[in-house]
Amino acid sequence: MTVDPTDPPFAVELVGITKRFPGVVANRDINLAVSRGEVHAVVGENGAGKSTLMKILYGMQRPDEGVILVNGQEVSFRSPTDAINAGIGMVHQHFMLADNFTVLENVILGSEPTTFGGRLDRAAARRRILEISDAYGLGVKPDRTVEDLGVGDRQRVEILKVLYRGARILILDEPTAVLVPQEVDELFANLAGLRAEGLTVLFISHKLDEVLRVADAITVVRAGTTVAQVKPADVTPRDLAQLMVGSELPTPETRESTVTEEVRLRVSAVSLDGDEGGRRLLDDVSLELHKGEVVGIAGVEGNGQAELVELLIGLRTPTTGTVNLGPDDITDWPTLRRREAGIGYIPEDRHRQGLLLPSPLWENRILGYQSRRPSVRGFWIDRRASRDDTRRIISAYDVRTPGCDTPAFALSGGNQQKLIVGREMSGDPSVLIASHPTRGVDVGAQAAIWEQLRNARSAGLAVLLVSADLEELIGMSDTLYVMLRGRLVAKLDPSSVTPEALGSYMTGATTALSVEGAQQ
Amino acid sequence: MSTTLEAPVAEPLRRQGIRSLGGRQWLLVSLAVLVLLSLVRATTGATDLTSDGTIEAALSLSVPLLLAGLGGLFAERVGVVNIGLEGMMILGTWFGAYGGWQWGPWRGVLFGILGGALGGLLHAIVTVTFGVDHIISGVSINLLGAGLARYLSGVIFTGHSGGGATQSPPGKGAISTFDVPLLSGGWGSPDVLGSLEKHHWFLVSDVAGVLRGLTAGVSWLTLIAIALVPATYLFFWRTKLGLRMRSVGESPLAAESLGVPVYAMKYIGVIISGALAGLAGAFLVIVGANYYQEGQTGGRGFIGLAAMIFGNWRPGGLAAGAALFGYADGLQLRQKSAVHGLLLFVALLVALMAVRALVRRQRVQAAVCIVVAVAFALWFSLSSVVPPGIVGFTPHITTLLVLALASQRLRPPAADGVPYRKGGAG
Amino acid sequence: MTAPTVRVRGPRRLDLSGVGYNAAALALAIGVAVVIGGLAVELSGHSALHAYNLMVQYAACNTAGSGGDPCTADSVIDIINRAIPYYLSALAVAIGFRMALFNIGVEGQYRLAAVITAIAGVEIHLPAVFQIPLLLLIAMAVGAVWAGIAGILKVTRGVSEVISTIMLNYIAYGLIAFILSSYLSGNTSNNLSSATPNLPAASQMPGMNRIFHDLGLLAPHDPDQISGFLVVIAIIGTAFYFIVERSRFGFDLRASGINPWAAQAGGVSSRKMILITMLISGALAGLVGLPYLLGQGYNYSSEFPANLGFNGIAVALLGRNKPIGIAFAALLWGFLERSAQILDLNNIPQEIYVLMQGSIVLAVVVAYEIVRRAKVRRAEREVAREVPEALGGAVEVTA
Repeated sequence: MTVDPTDPPFAVELVGITKRFPGVVANRDINLAVSRGEVHAVVGENGAGKSTLMKILYGMQRPDEGVILVNGQEVSFRSPTDAINAGIGMVHQHFMLADNFTVLENVILGSEPTTFGGRLDRAAARRRILEISDAYGLGVKPDRTVEDLGVGDRQRVEILKVLYRGARILILDEPTAVLVPQEVDELFANLAGLRAEGLTVLFISHKLDEVLRVADAITVVRAGTTVAQVKPADVTPRDLAQLMVGSELPTPETRESTVTEEVRLRVSAVSLDGDEGGRRLLDDVSLELHKGEVVGIAGVEGNGQAELVELLIGLRTPTTGTVNLGPDDITDWPTLRRREAGIGYIPEDRHRQGLLLPSPLWENRILGYQSRRPSVRGFWIDRRASRDDTRRIISAYDVRTPGCDTPAFALSGGNQQKLIVGREMSGDPSVLIASHPTRGVDVGAQAAIWEQLRNARSAGLAVLLVSADLEELIGMSDTLYVMLRGRLVAKLDPSSVTPEALGSYMTGATTALSVEGAQQ
Repeated sequence: MSTTLEAPVAEPLRRQGIRSLGGRQWLLVSLAVLVLLSLVRATTGATDLTSDGTIEAALSLSVPLLLAGLGGLFAERVGVVNIGLEGMMILGTWFGAYGGWQWGPWRGVLFGILGGALGGLLHAIVTVTFGVDHIISGVSINLLGAGLARYLSGVIFTGHSGGGATQSPPGKGAISTFDVPLLSGGWGSPDVLGSLEKHHWFLVSDVAGVLRGLTAGVSWLTLIAIALVPATYLFFWRTKLGLRMRSVGESPLAAESLGVPVYAMKYIGVIISGALAGLAGAFLVIVGANYYQEGQTGGRGFIGLAAMIFGNWRPGGLAAGAALFGYADGLQLRQKSAVHGLLLFVALLVALMAVRALVRRQRVQAAVCIVVAVAFALWFSLSSVVPPGIVGFTPHITTLLVLALASQRLRPPAADGVPYRKGGAG
Repeated sequence: MTAPTVRVRGPRRLDLSGVGYNAAALALAIGVAVVIGGLAVELSGHSALHAYNLMVQYAACNTAGSGGDPCTADSVIDIINRAIPYYLSALAVAIGFRMALFNIGVEGQYRLAAVITAIAGVEIHLPAVFQIPLLLLIAMAVGAVWAGIAGILKVTRGVSEVISTIMLNYIAYGLIAFILSSYLSGNTSNNLSSATPNLPAASQMPGMNRIFHDLGLLAPHDPDQISGFLVVIAIIGTAFYFIVERSRFGFDLRASGINPWAAQAGGVSSRKMILITMLISGALAGLVGLPYLLGQGYNYSSEFPANLGFNGIAVALLGRNKPIGIAFAALLWGFLERSAQILDLNNIPQEIYVLMQGSIVLAVVVAYEIVRRAKVRRAEREVAREVPEALGGAVEVTA
């Protein structure tokens, strides 16, 4: 495809797009114009409707109203195939890869080169993949199984998939969510390469500094509609935040330290073996949580944080080492006993570990409290008391719901998360294990959850905070550890560390040995 | 502390999948099994362990399991669990018998395939379009298949000679068989293998017996069934459609996001699954008995499923599973005392596995194997016959053992059994 | 950022309450089955209306009233007696379904329990007051042990209970053949028979006609006895309801079924729950064969009723895994079986009822799924209507 001067200036144009779901308008009168050969960012907070918009552009959802123009031509996509044929490719936030397939199989799927009779032409596919990989410096190896690849590699496979289909317009949905700062730099270098080749990139994000760094133009989405299109040179992050949520973004700053000397939770030399003699999932981890302290754990996902959290809540038993809650050795305690003893748990994935989605909110309130009032009385569930207490949580934590009999799935992510926080706090815990507590929630809920954590901390709660959001970690933590390959490799002072420095520890580029305060 | 710059993702635990064996390995394994069998045959005098008659019986008993297993494979590779295989097989027997009775064997085969495919279509509608749990749908189809066959027999077979509410009239003619020339006496050539077998020479006669069993009196339908094994492999792993179908079983989201029509792939897979189960039923009727009888499938649909699991969701392994289960059955049919010899065979085989586990330092597995081997050896030496019921559930016990001992190594398709709704991607 | 799709899987779907929708779904399913059955009758060259008319009339007849020729027994009693084993078997399946555990092995569990109980009933000699409860306990224990194998395989080795219970069925059949042949060959007086000897009187469950007669519900000398197991299932059904719906154990059970990971994070030990549920399910399954063994046939032979377990799955699905629903579903099964018997006398194949049962199940699981989706949409709409600001104008839903 050559750029003809007579071509219309816009690679993609959306006019008056509206999309409704049962009872909700996800997109309302969206207008978006993306010039050819630019990196165009679409920003908006979680739940603002960015993803729906991109699904419409990629043919996965059909708009109820409005027109899509690609290179000046009106199009109507019935499926991703139509979008692919129009030269649009999408790199999804949650990678769309079959783990048991090789890179090659993942890449060619749906656009397979064949010889006679539908026979796969693997040799041709391999040649083509290596060609593209070399051209854009992606470094993809076609015969590896996707299961064995890391996050950055997977993302490059996703980009290659799109390029393989000859896409000239790339949509990247929250591509930096799972990357550390260094990987973000690599990604941005790749994007620059794509732009240099004349490709158009649509970059979806809610991280304002990244957007300002990489974009040529920015469209802001708020409450399901486009509210502005601006140039990065013309705006400050503060302006963008104002456009995006109507106010400044909440910051996760904590006030004065409330850390005490009293140890609430002590992890001593804990190790956890992998299955069938694999690498150790946790390797000689020791840390202490004091009353009134937030201890942050930073690390690239999959380096043992999830295992540490599950071990603390009693879903895993360490191979060696001990865990103490106050004076008690709780290493072998089951989950319920730990909860009774005062450990609260905000899980990483609220749909998977936090909620009974089809059940009413009051039943969700009982989860984790099956042995305590007000949920139960003896052998029987106390329905009335459970309902009453759920109502208390709903009002105290500002959970927006018609009532306590509404099934959990019907609530938005932010409200589900507020309910979970309220539930975990209702047992008056002395230790809270919070895993990605504000992941995927809207700004309002994020601010509310941070506020709750701050208040609980001043009241003496000890919090273990695991997060992928480096700002959150640095802002909320009193002490910050970095986890790498199952080990705590650095102990840092959050008041003096930058996200870049933190990222460098997380990838192992900087080692703890060179830093003061390193863990033995 | 290392100072490498590479991104430190958790190296995923590489599950040790049972890799598909290459042609040479297959040969080696088969030879080892044969040597062991010959040894047992020579020591126990249970001649039927390797006789052509046993192998012939085993072959024809294996084929329905093989076909049902392939049926299971087609469904599960597109991510749909098919517990309804048994019901579809029942439909295959009934329709196969109807076609065979009305028009002759080949038409019967066709009807059987169609009958099974109908059951597959139903399963696809219920699970794919309506998103009902696969197990629930499968169980319902088993009930419906049995009910339909019973009802139709009552209406259609009753009153015809040989027919009734539980049995069909005999079919018209049979599918022809053939002996391979030069080996087993086809086309008037000398029966080389047959004469070799008679001598009871160690290994030589055993190999001859096995080969003769595989090459004499083979039905064309058996040949087709066996050819389906490599064909299935080539289809799934070497063609475009095969790749697309597998992708739907591994990650329907990824498939949909690349424009693969997920529902269509699932429909194709499940309908083929039903058709193969139907063919398995038709084989029972047309090659096995020449008439339909209620309860004829006898749970073979489930054993087919077991063979598929045994074979780790791969056609070659599945065929080995079907052969194993068919062999146990065939031996039981031919010579009950030979089954007793089989105990010694199992004891030796498990002992070998123990040695292998020891070499690999898998102590727990080795210990389990040793205990099992000793148990079988004791059983062999302390008894003289194996009670009939026990041979009947050999496949089922084997399946449980495989699942219990090797479930971490099994690799079902990643999205197997997960209901999928269109538009879920993203 | 977390999974954007609300996905609710498996039998846990059958958990949303709301009677109207479900009744409509059930009516629809039965309607579909009636149409399919009718078509089948018409295809066989008979009038569907006539056949259905015959069935309904026959199901209503009783010997005390004016029955007509074929009416040799009280149909209502017969329907109840037929429903009892289905009820037990469906409860056994349902308790597993409530926590997304598929006990496909009720079939093998009840048959194995029946054969062992049949032998125990002959060999043990106690007064009836002790003998019958003992036999019930033996049957429950055997069923629980057999189902427990699947439970243990699941919690220790991760073996899917679907596959293991199916395999255990066939192993049970083989074992039964083995037990029967060894027991009978040791029993010289019974050399030629393939049935266990009849149970002594102390092992036989008394009927309940006297009680019903005293309540004025039954004619004095009805020849057919209402099975004494009616009391047993009434107790079990009530206990089932209170334990599953109202107790802490029931909450753990249902939570594990809806979302095992969340339940675990909430302190429910999934291993323990799987094992206990499998044991309860097996114990209930063990009772399935006893109404026949202790109240009708008094021995175990190749004639022993089969397929009660598989039908139990259907009845449980139809009754939405709840004790009241299952009671109606079991009665429907009994009704279909009983009423279809008249058809043979009119040269219409009575197997029509098997066909109808099959179509009802398949239709009903589809109908319930449609209802579930409708309810999801309704709940979402309600939230959107009442608290629109909560959704910020955009929520990702795939209803």
